[in-house]
Amino acid sequence: MSAAADTRAAAPPRPGYLPRLGGAGLGRGLVTLYLSVIVLIPLAAVGSKAFSAGLGTFWTQVTTPEARAALELTLGASLIVIAINAVAGTAIAWVLVRDRFPGKGIVNSLIDLPFALPTIVASLVLLTLYGSDSPLGIHLAFTRASVVVALLFVTLPFVVRAVQPVLLELDREMEDAAASLGARPLTVFRRIVLPNLTPAILAGAALAFARAIGEFGSLVLLTGSAPFKTEAASVFIFNQVESDNAVGAAAVSVVLLGLALTVLLLIGFFSRRSVRRVV
Amino acid sequence: MSSRSRLGRYGLRFFALGYLAFLLVMPVGMVFVRMFDAGLGDVWSAITSPDGVHAFYLTLLMVLIAVPLNTIFGIGCALLLVRTEFRGKALLNAVIDIPFAISPVVIGLSLVLVYGNFGWFGGWLADHGIQVIFSVPGMALATIFVSLPFVVREVVPVLQEIGDEQEQAARTLGASPWQTFGRVTLPAIRWGVAYGVVLSTARALGEFGAVSVVSGRITGQTETVPLFVQRAFTNFDPAGAYGASVALALIAVATLLIMNFARRKEAAT
Repeated sequence: MSAAADTRAAAPPRPGYLPRLGGAGLGRGLVTLYLSVIVLIPLAAVGSKAFSAGLGTFWTQVTTPEARAALELTLGASLIVIAINAVAGTAIAWVLVRDRFPGKGIVNSLIDLPFALPTIVASLVLLTLYGSDSPLGIHLAFTRASVVVALLFVTLPFVVRAVQPVLLELDREMEDAAASLGARPLTVFRRIVLPNLTPAILAGAALAFARAIGEFGSLVLLTGSAPFKTEAASVFIFNQVESDNAVGAAAVSVVLLGLALTVLLLIGFFSRRSVRRVV
Repeated sequence: MSSRSRLGRYGLRFFALGYLAFLLVMPVGMVFVRMFDAGLGDVWSAITSPDGVHAFYLTLLMVLIAVPLNTIFGIGCALLLVRTEFRGKALLNAVIDIPFAISPVVIGLSLVLVYGNFGWFGGWLADHGIQVIFSVPGMALATIFVSLPFVVREVVPVLQEIGDEQEQAARTLGASPWQTFGRVTLPAIRWGVAYGVVLSTARALGEFGAVSVVSGRITGQTETVPLFVQRAFTNFDPAGAYGASVALALIAVATLLIMNFARRKEAAT
């Protein structure tokens, strides 16, 4: 199925009906205009604002102690989060594909809930379980751990949804052959399954990373956003906007943008197909 | 199956389900419990207060502006990407994904820098009596920005898969371009479009960061439901916060159900 789609995509398109459908040129113009007004011009404004007072000011703004603390927290928490995601996401995908138990369909649907749930609701939801009146007695709110928990929540689907289709299509014969030759389950997983899953795991983790470094809503109620402690980069940017430091806000924004775009370019090296359906 | 691999299987199942329980199921369940704790009467009066009703109205308005525009854009853009060849196509393809890679706060900031009072176009817009930032147009722009890629990303793979033989046939038989689009292309991509629309709607309903920055959060004027949740919670109004959250959570669950339905329909066609 996907192979057929690829050959079609690669074949030079014949002159279709589209050029006459109001004209492809007009269509291109409208698409460019729409993207410019909504996405490109505003982003250019962020870049222009960040460097409006010169490169030196840009550097000063991103290296103020508070900005650095925020960027370090965001980077550190995001790296922890994608490491946990790589393991837990692969395990969940494995259980959803290879295991059988009642209610599996429901569990499978639940995976997408973090994508559908508004981020501020995610924040409140986590606060009910990990806040000061936690029914479990786990008080994570307003600690650095709460930043990790919030990011884990919103990035949950990425690795699962990237690994799942690959695992589904994986040929079981290789594993059976290895097992019949005496390899133990863990060896089969490490030597046969994992190498096949690695591109998908990396692609899912990269998307999760891009999402995690920009995440805002889920942190708002849960983390307390205390400067130098639980203030992530996006929260820092928000606070700078509120206190009319547009240059500082734009400068840190440019750092986040650069990171996210780099990561997205890197995904290009991994299989694009394995990240289908991941938003 | 050896006892060892069975142990591994149960262990893995226990780990995966436990992880989901602590991260996802128990927290989401607790928010329902907290809503009932707050009292259904109080929840109802908080949500039906003038500010609550206005927040729901505004959120609905955002969806009604952003989703149709992004759907039309998405279908058109997907047709351009799949059915035509032009220079800069790879660039366009990359630009479409940008909204997914950007922090919502940065999106809000970017719109303020262009359409705000001291922004690039802000002065001109103010001279003509148009207020974008701290007002509905800016919030609509933010909502469109964050939900822009969904329809394109869902429709492109479907268009690639169906190919253009049927469209060619329709054209050869004398159908006009619009007839071909309406009778051949659109029915073939309808579940992809539906999927994209559902995802866009969920995102537009729930957007917090970008809308928070551009709206100025004026209660009863520029406050959407997610902003209402935050204000209610920080103002010690659990009935409002949990009530509105449960409403949004129920919409999210409905979204999942519709997505499942659309996915199955898509697979069947």
